[in-house]
Amino acid sequence: MKPMRRKILGALAALPMLGMIPAAAQAQEKIVIGEINSYTALPAFTEPYKKGWTLAMEEINAAGGVNGAMLEIISRDDTGDPSTAIRIAEEMISRDEAVMLFGGFLSNIGLALADFAKQKQVFFLASEPLSDALVWSKGNRYTYRLRPSTHMQAAMLAEQAAKLDKKKWATVAPNYAYGKDAVAAFKSELTKLQPDVEWVAEQWPPLFKIDAGSTVRALERSKPDAIYNVTFGGDLAKFVRQGSLRFLFEDRPVVSLLSGEPEYLDPLGDEAPEGWIVTGYPSMDIDTPEHEEFGAAYMERWGEAPKTGSIVGYNSVLSIKAALEKAGSTDTEAMLAAMEGLEVPSSPTGPFYYRAADHQATMGAYVGTTALVDGKPKMVDWFYADGANYLPSEEEAAKMRPAE
Amino acid sequence: MGFYVAQLLTGLANASSLFLIACGLSIIFGVTRIVNFAHGSFYMVGAYLAYSIVALFPGSILGFWGGVIAAALIVGLLGLVVEMTILRRIYRAPELFQLVATFGVVLIIQDMAQAIWGAEDKLGPRAPGLSSAVRIMGEPIPEYDLALILIGPAVLAGIWLLFHRTRWGVLVRAATQDREMVGALGVNQAWLFSATFVLGAALAGLGGAIQIPRESVNLQMDLSVIGDAFVVVVIGGMGSVSGAFVAAVLISVLNAFAVLVYPQISIVLPFVVMAVVLIVRPYGLFGKEGSGHGAPTEPEQPLRLMSSRATLVLMALVFALAASPLVASDFASILLVDLMVATLFAVSLHFMMGLGGMVSFGHAAYFGVGAYGAAMAVSYLGLPMIPAMIVGPLAAAVAALFFGWFCVRLSGVYLAMLTLAAAQILWGVTFQSQEYTGGDDGIVGIWPASWATSDQAYFYVAFALCIGGIWFLRRVAHSPFGYGLRGVRDSDVRAEAIGMDVKFHQWMGFALAGTMAGLAGVVFAFSKGSVFPDVLGIGQSVDGLVMVLLGGIHALAGPILGAGVFVLIEDWVSRLDYWRFIFGMIILGVVLLAPDGVAGGVDRLMRALGLRREGQT
Repeated sequence: MKPMRRKILGALAALPMLGMIPAAAQAQEKIVIGEINSYTALPAFTEPYKKGWTLAMEEINAAGGVNGAMLEIISRDDTGDPSTAIRIAEEMISRDEAVMLFGGFLSNIGLALADFAKQKQVFFLASEPLSDALVWSKGNRYTYRLRPSTHMQAAMLAEQAAKLDKKKWATVAPNYAYGKDAVAAFKSELTKLQPDVEWVAEQWPPLFKIDAGSTVRALERSKPDAIYNVTFGGDLAKFVRQGSLRFLFEDRPVVSLLSGEPEYLDPLGDEAPEGWIVTGYPSMDIDTPEHEEFGAAYMERWGEAPKTGSIVGYNSVLSIKAALEKAGSTDTEAMLAAMEGLEVPSSPTGPFYYRAADHQATMGAYVGTTALVDGKPKMVDWFYADGANYLPSEEEAAKMRPAE
Repeated sequence: MGFYVAQLLTGLANASSLFLIACGLSIIFGVTRIVNFAHGSFYMVGAYLAYSIVALFPGSILGFWGGVIAAALIVGLLGLVVEMTILRRIYRAPELFQLVATFGVVLIIQDMAQAIWGAEDKLGPRAPGLSSAVRIMGEPIPEYDLALILIGPAVLAGIWLLFHRTRWGVLVRAATQDREMVGALGVNQAWLFSATFVLGAALAGLGGAIQIPRESVNLQMDLSVIGDAFVVVVIGGMGSVSGAFVAAVLISVLNAFAVLVYPQISIVLPFVVMAVVLIVRPYGLFGKEGSGHGAPTEPEQPLRLMSSRATLVLMALVFALAASPLVASDFASILLVDLMVATLFAVSLHFMMGLGGMVSFGHAAYFGVGAYGAAMAVSYLGLPMIPAMIVGPLAAAVAALFFGWFCVRLSGVYLAMLTLAAAQILWGVTFQSQEYTGGDDGIVGIWPASWATSDQAYFYVAFALCIGGIWFLRRVAHSPFGYGLRGVRDSDVRAEAIGMDVKFHQWMGFALAGTMAGLAGVVFAFSKGSVFPDVLGIGQSVDGLVMVLLGGIHALAGPILGAGVFVLIEDWVSRLDYWRFIFGMIILGVVLLAPDGVAGGVDRLMRALGLRREGQT
């Protein structure tokens, strides 16, 4: 037993040396960036995301890099566990000498990394986590967020929902922070636009363990005029199937968060519901020159159409490039200063900027309705909803953040 | 009225699915006493296979049901491979050791499924001929639900006939009651075990295959179902198939009506039901006394104090650890803190399992309460680090005293499952009480005091607490109380006869182990700066369990080695692609090479090399 222990310690003592070898062998100048995401826990979303940022990195390096240096992104799997994410972040900062961090999909990991960034004074760009708390109630000066938040996407849907002019609404959302935030934001936004709205039922199935039959029955019992859905992934498939079998969606409009994202819409195949009002990403249907160029490059590199994750990954690296160029250095304070109001003038989804007051990007989402075209689910009648229009004013947002 | 009938039918359809998943687990446990974590993986593979096979025959009724049966048979074959290549070699290992092997299988299957079927969810076809709904009392009921309501009892009847009308079934039942005796009567146990495992695996595959018209096939299926399957098996009584059926009906129907009244309840309902059932009926609804235990294993060697030379070596190692921040990098210190936290957690679990004979599937509860206790002391009471570090273990002690009082009244796997229920209920409450605990957004900003923020300084804080805790538990193991605890483990009847208060000893052992797990949780919270409900979750409990079993349950050094191996290998391997596959393979390799755990393997190696005499621990 004791020699074993000694071996472990010996191996441990040798660990720091591992980090030294590549550093010595490098000739060309490079900027090391740490990237952390839930690659094994949520592969359906994180695989396209990784392809997206890889493509952006390759394009930037092929064009000569940033400030004369090549971008090198070290990517690690956080296994879906916040404490593992923190350990990896520590390693990236202290051993790999990453100048900043980006990534995250699950809100709790996003919040853990944001707090870590604050403690260790490192710049963190939260790519995917949707939680409102990340930029508002738990915001800090070291953390910025790219993807349109829960509140923004819910507000986009509330605007469309108000046009339906339905009085009695039921909600169904997975029972965790994202689901709760999404329902709360939708309720408050829709009530603002349509004060006489009535909330007749709410269902809170456990995440990825929905008892869809019972949930559908319970919603049906309240006889709502319309339904707001937040379930996604496997839960969404079960909910759609049980709901259509039991006629829940007959003559009842459904407004559904994120369901237009190819990650969630494609698996439904020919059973995808038609006419749902959703936020999402119409992928190759977007015909702006920027997006067509991106789409073609993505198709060529990966042999498949981009998904929502791809665009988030791609835009993350575009943002980092813009920040590094504006800052002119990899110093944390310089990068933070550059991030305030940073404009990304051209991206596949159009221009966006990072708001100085609450560190939220104004990157938007696409709003449309679902339909089956040639037996395949698609978003139709979509438009690009610019995130800037669905955020509280910068003064209001600044008030929601803790004092620094 | 129609509405409630419809809700009841929905509940019954769910009950059938749940029963199909759980019955195989119950059969496997009943005969082989293997707690099979890979059961959920068999279920997932069954679903994926059925998806692929059925897709070959679109719209054909025969193709659909043939595909479902074929998927189940292939999964049975997979079960045979697992049983013959891995489990058969380790039946003689200490109780529950096979669990580690099945944990390795879970990891391997996760990566293989992703490599074969891809990351995107798959939605199978509806069952041909049963693709719409019929109206019953005016309410729409899916036809497939009605089919499921019939299939569940039909499978139950089939199993009953198999067990009561065939010679093989009689042998299985005999083995469930007393497998030593069956072996003594000349029945080939290896064959019986293989056949049982195949049947159980095939039933899991069937359970998965039959789900494809109801839900999408995805990579989270394995873990999402395994908890509920265990709950059903335990409520019914381990090894009782009809018990599993009753339990599945009970849970599903309760859930179908509970969501009408209190939609949030689903998250903990099965565990609350299990806790209530176990408190009222300690062996589940239909379980028999002793049904929660494995075969009696050889009595352990008594613990001996270390020789003075060994003590010197150990001291030297501790000093080397203490000096490591002076030479090693910052990140090594961080990793060592994680390692020490995991080690204290594993040692505290080992104290309960190895010395106290009380297996826990929910030890994370006390780790988590410790972490949350400290975090809430900081964020609500505004306490500085040191006082918060005292609050954490105290909170864990209170929780352990409370839940332990119920748990020590049970034994074997039932005790383990009640600890799991306690942990899951705590997890559910933490998850749900967003205003107090932050829900799954957790509590952030729990960083060490300013004098301890550097990686080196915090290393010494963690060193003092964790090594101190490990030393303390080791002292207790050699104290009169520790002797009493081991006496109770080895023979509670004799212990009672000489005037010991058996339950009180166990209760105190439980509470002490919980308190120390809480201390580990506190060190953890301040090293990560945040706590989330995951710290109370099944994953954390299972990690501890694997560390203890992998290290070797019969040695005091076991959990230390187990934690070291587990943490360091995981940290290294998770840098690679397909790391779960590699990690699973490493675990299987260790399991096969050292069926008595790393400590046992090292011990044998040293004896073979002549470095150690007999009888030394």
